Amino acid sequence: MRYPITSIVLTLFVTLFVSLAFCRPGICAVSENFRESIYDPGTLKPIDSNLKVKVGDTAPDFSLPAVSGKTISLKDYRGKKIVVLSFVPAAWTPVCSDQWPGYIIVEDLFKKNDAILLGISVDNIPTLYSWTGQMGDHLWFEVLSDFWPHGKVAQSYGILRSNGTCERCLIVIDKKGIIRYIDVHDINQRPPLETLIKELEKISKKQK
Amino acid sequence: MNKNRLIYLIIFSAALFFLFSGCTGVTPAPSPEITPAKTTPAAGAELPPISLTTPTNESTRSYLGLSGAASKTFSPAQIECDLLLIEIFSMYCPYCQREAPAVNQLFQLMQNNPKLSRRIKLIGIGVGNSAFEVGIFKHRYNIEFPLFADENYIIHNHLGRVRTPFFIAVANRGAEKNQILLTKLGDFSSPEIFLKTLIKLIKTQTKGEN
Repeated sequence: MRYPITSIVLTLFVTLFVSLAFCRPGICAVSENFRESIYDPGTLKPIDSNLKVKVGDTAPDFSLPAVSGKTISLKDYRGKKIVVLSFVPAAWTPVCSDQWPGYIIVEDLFKKNDAILLGISVDNIPTLYSWTGQMGDHLWFEVLSDFWPHGKVAQSYGILRSNGTCERCLIVIDKKGIIRYIDVHDINQRPPLETLIKELEKISKKQK
Repeated sequence: MNKNRLIYLIIFSAALFFLFSGCTGVTPAPSPEITPAKTTPAAGAELPPISLTTPTNESTRSYLGLSGAASKTFSPAQIECDLLLIEIFSMYCPYCQREAPAVNQLFQLMQNNPKLSRRIKLIGIGVGNSAFEVGIFKHRYNIEFPLFADENYIIHNHLGRVRTPFFIAVANRGAEKNQILLTKLGDFSSPEIFLKTLIKLIKTQTKGEN
């Protein structure tokens, strides 16, 4: 056979690879707020880790320092609140700087669903303090630093990338401490807010 | 042409189609078909092509002068006014969040002046925002002027990916129709002063027509 199946498969593979390479990331951090202060790492491998948890698992517990000066433990919310963990890869990068500011204006939607939000990144506290300070006056959720031991919490969930940053990931944990939703999102794009809110509403309904 | 060669050509063509259509089975990239404009809008230039979804709300259609419009989309040029002010924003933009009350105040100043309310119209376009996200912004800041979603950054690309908030004042009547009269990045110092600037633009336009 002059054009064997392997060459056909190879053609499709090369095509897929080239398509992925040219996929543009989300055009984020459009705010004038972050002018000149954003480092753009370019298009990154969408996901670069192996998830260690799944829906239905008990969420691995953790205690982390917050920008507010508190130490936040996941277990403190057990039986009280639905917890949304929003892991973001790095401060002062385009998509991350364009994600949490949106959460700032939807506190009511979290409250309505008896949920709280914990923002987590592997940056240290001073960096997170400086970065989140640019996001407005009403940062109503705790911002936690998984800096030291570096990325230990991200590692326990299986979302620490090979370069030491973490994935852009949303995890929703119910009041019993069980993981109900995981979105390890393409690092180059912002997760749609409506998907998260719909999941929260579903979980909240079941908890009532 | 033998059969195997024909099969190979069909598969190769299909692969090329997927490559150029951006349909690779992964999360779609935003508006892959739009090459971003090299420059951002500036006074004197034509407003780039913008297509907006026709609102379902009758009072919004009435404000825009689209009451009889049957089409699913419309262009800013169809809005009935002398001067159209477009705010490019994002609900994820802290600057836009801070500026929202001032923009509301500007809108109220326009609406409270019977001579101006029909001559100057204001719309907002949420770049990279879904309709849901635009709805949140509208609800959070009690915005009364029409807002539109540019979920896939198509308009944002046409506008050279401007930073937000970005204001564009466009002539919407007369010989200069569709011409950009003024642009402003970031906040305007005060709604009153900004409105005076817009009124001056209308007067200059009217003089030009006489």
